[in-house]
Amino acid sequence: MLNVHLMLFVAFGAIALAGAINLLAQTHPINSALSLIAVMAALAGEYLLLGAEFVAAVQIIVYAGAVMVLFVFVIMLLNAGVEERTKGSRVAILFGIPGTLLGSVLVAWAVLQHSGTEAVTAGAWGDRVSQLAPQAVPGSPETIGPLLFHEFLLPFEITSNLILIAIMGAVVLASKPPSAPVEPREGN
Amino acid sequence: MTPNLNLWLIPVLPLAGAAINGLFGKKASRAGVSTVALLFTGAAFLWALVAAARFSSVAVSCQEYLFNNPHLAHWIRISGFSADFAFYLDQLSLVMLLVVTGVGFLIHIYSVGYMWDDPGYYRFFSYLNLFMFFMLTLVLANNYLLMFIGWEGVGLASYLLIGFWFTKDSAASAGKKAFIVNRIGDFGFLIGLFLLIRQFGTLNFTQVFDGVTRLTPGAGTETLLTTVGILLMIGACGKSAQIPLYVWLPDAMEGPTPVSALIHAATMVTAGVYMVARSHVIFERAPIALTVVAIIGTLTAFYAATIGIAQTDIKKVLAYSTVSQLGYMFMACGVGAFSAGIFHLMTHAFFKGLLFLGAGSVIHAVGGEQDMRKMGGLKSYVPWTALTMGIATLAITGIPPFAGFWSKDEILWKAYQTSWIYWLIGLVTAFITSFYMFRLYFMTFFGDYRGIRVDEHGHSHIAGGDAAHAHGEPHESPAVMLVPLIILAFLSLVGGLVAIGGSFEHFLAPVFGASEATPASGIASNRGLEIMLMVISVLVAVLGAALAWVLYVSKPYLPQQIAARLGGLYDAVLNKYYVDELYAALFVKPVVDGSTDILWQGVDRKVIDDSINDAADGARHVSDNARRMQSGNLRSYAGWIAAGSAVMIAYMIWLGVAR
Amino acid sequence: MVPLSYYLVLSGILFACGVIGFLIKRNIITIFLSIELMLNGVNLSFVAFAAHWHALAGQVFVFFVMVVAAAEAAVGLAIIIAVYRTRETLNVDRVNLLKL
Repeated sequence: MLNVHLMLFVAFGAIALAGAINLLAQTHPINSALSLIAVMAALAGEYLLLGAEFVAAVQIIVYAGAVMVLFVFVIMLLNAGVEERTKGSRVAILFGIPGTLLGSVLVAWAVLQHSGTEAVTAGAWGDRVSQLAPQAVPGSPETIGPLLFHEFLLPFEITSNLILIAIMGAVVLASKPPSAPVEPREGN
Repeated sequence: MTPNLNLWLIPVLPLAGAAINGLFGKKASRAGVSTVALLFTGAAFLWALVAAARFSSVAVSCQEYLFNNPHLAHWIRISGFSADFAFYLDQLSLVMLLVVTGVGFLIHIYSVGYMWDDPGYYRFFSYLNLFMFFMLTLVLANNYLLMFIGWEGVGLASYLLIGFWFTKDSAASAGKKAFIVNRIGDFGFLIGLFLLIRQFGTLNFTQVFDGVTRLTPGAGTETLLTTVGILLMIGACGKSAQIPLYVWLPDAMEGPTPVSALIHAATMVTAGVYMVARSHVIFERAPIALTVVAIIGTLTAFYAATIGIAQTDIKKVLAYSTVSQLGYMFMACGVGAFSAGIFHLMTHAFFKGLLFLGAGSVIHAVGGEQDMRKMGGLKSYVPWTALTMGIATLAITGIPPFAGFWSKDEILWKAYQTSWIYWLIGLVTAFITSFYMFRLYFMTFFGDYRGIRVDEHGHSHIAGGDAAHAHGEPHESPAVMLVPLIILAFLSLVGGLVAIGGSFEHFLAPVFGASEATPASGIASNRGLEIMLMVISVLVAVLGAALAWVLYVSKPYLPQQIAARLGGLYDAVLNKYYVDELYAALFVKPVVDGSTDILWQGVDRKVIDDSINDAADGARHVSDNARRMQSGNLRSYAGWIAAGSAVMIAYMIWLGVAR
Repeated sequence: MVPLSYYLVLSGILFACGVIGFLIKRNIITIFLSIELMLNGVNLSFVAFAAHWHALAGQVFVFFVMVVAAAEAAVGLAIIIAVYRTRETLNVDRVNLLKL
């Protein structure tokens, strides 16, 4: 019988892969950015398949909706054109690509050795989840929330700080430098 | 028991003098320096006399420790070997002691006058006292090792004094040559000592000689003792300038004349003879070694005498004469007549010392000139010098009743008893000796003065010699230089008389004992034969004198003609048979070239320097290549990271799988 | 059901594509996009493992990864703008001096 899960997985997976390869193949960065958005959308679908609703939503809202938009803004701001071919680094091609492939193959092999072909099942989900919402889908905001604000409170606060710092940093770094020489201010 | 003679004072006093002069002499006045030097040397001489007096009342050999303290004198004590700073006095060392301190003291007095104008005055006396210390250590030591210290030390003092005017290239080279050639001899000496240590476990004279007498006679013993004897003789050849290691002595004439007198005539060069005589126990049981000694001595005596005929530098003639006379001493030791050798050593110290001092006086008189062809007729200018040198010349040629006659005849008689060949060569050498010594005397003091008269301002135009002595017409030396000449002349006159009736031999009998009672060839002491040989040698000496008179006084044009007729032979003799050149080509040049090419260019530059340079270059190369990684190119960094992480992953998987 | 390994393989391929993009692309923004691709691939494997081991902490971690990626993208793009202002180029091979 048709395994819907598997079919959906393959579909979303194909879109993701196609987007990834398109990212590599395109020369204009805007095309690469749009391919990446496609990849992210596909991955959101994969997350839903795995029961991670909240993560999927955040992926679309934050990742695809904010980060990629930022990328597109910057590409248009800088008027980035088609890449010119420049002589790059031989090392990158000679050592990097075989290295990557080798690494990936090794990791895949190692992982496959251990995890095998067990299916991802819906089973018992641990204490807090079962306490809170036995019928809720694991991965919904109801279940993620308490986890986020109890066990992971410290990382949460720190990442908040991190975003604040990132905002300030981005503003400072991207601001226009003063065009005229600044007169020395008193008291400095 | 044996009286405490405080023998240690005798070497230590000159050492103190050397130290004081060396440390404080630069700022002191000439008078101060001379006082210190003469005081300490004189004190040593005095104490030697006291020791002699006390010793003669006991007449038993005695050993004493440094500072009379066995603990302070403790030097080497290891299992299997021990040596101490201890001194030994017997008749043999007593004779040497008196000669060294006595003649040394006289030469110190002479040097006060001779070196007065030299800027290095204090240095000279410091070195001279240092020499006395080492020589006395050599003579008084009770074991070979302490004697070797003295041996090396006199070599050092010789080097310092030959190269006294070290700014002169030839003097510095001569000092080096002396030291190096001596070293070659010392190498043989040391190996001989090592053999002794291996066999007997000690180098103490009494113990070694006891051990030698107790060795069972046999082939092994004979080989050992012969080897030791020959090795010791090699050492003696170096120090006492015998063939083949004599080449340093003529060059050593670069030093000031008192040095030549003291070190290279009277005392240091006789150290070899003393050592051979001291080791007579070893030599007597090794007849082959003894023969070697005799042959070397005889050949050297003849050979050096022939070279002396043609030399024109007054000091060089005396130098070759010294080599020749040392050959006589070794000839004596070689035929077993050790006491005759020591006797000749003593008389030689008197007349050769006198000859050198007189030559110094002559050189001083003519303002630094040393070439005899530019002298002549000096007997009217320097009468006292002429008189004393005449006495010395008579002594060395063996005219009775002067000292040399007694000692040389003793040697020739003992040589005849062993083999007439030794006697014949010795006789011919005596003829040649007489000839060249009288040649020297006549060329210097007779005839017309052929030299350059220098003006009152003292600038002379002569090559070589001490320019410090250039002043005016030839003039007599001051009293401080003449008095030692007179004393030595007196000793040359009467010094031989101690041998009358064999009393000198008798005096040394406790040392040399039964060895001399039976001469090798068994000719009984035939009084008539002895007298006849004596007459022959006197005649020969007179003949030589007469020949010299003819060639250099009555018919002075003859030598040139003879030289021209002889051509190549004369050139060879004049150039000392080109031995120096031969050594330079055979030994010096290969060593120097080897050092330059192999050791310097090859090892030092290519291996040592280059390995360091290459290491540095290699490090630089490696870092040059490593630097390429820092290209600033983002992608290459990423490439390296990817490759590196792949390696890490592979390693971790391998670790995991391997378990 | 879909085996875990499928998800992991997909995640690995996405990651590898990201690394290769980093290595062969010359435009700095595209390189940044490759970094984001790598992060996405990693997120997928986190969620897959979270589902496999029934541990929600994996999903929470994905949340944090996304937040950090956002912050990083913001700052990185600001830097790119700053570099573009001085170097007038977005080609990473031209920006190879270690000082400005």
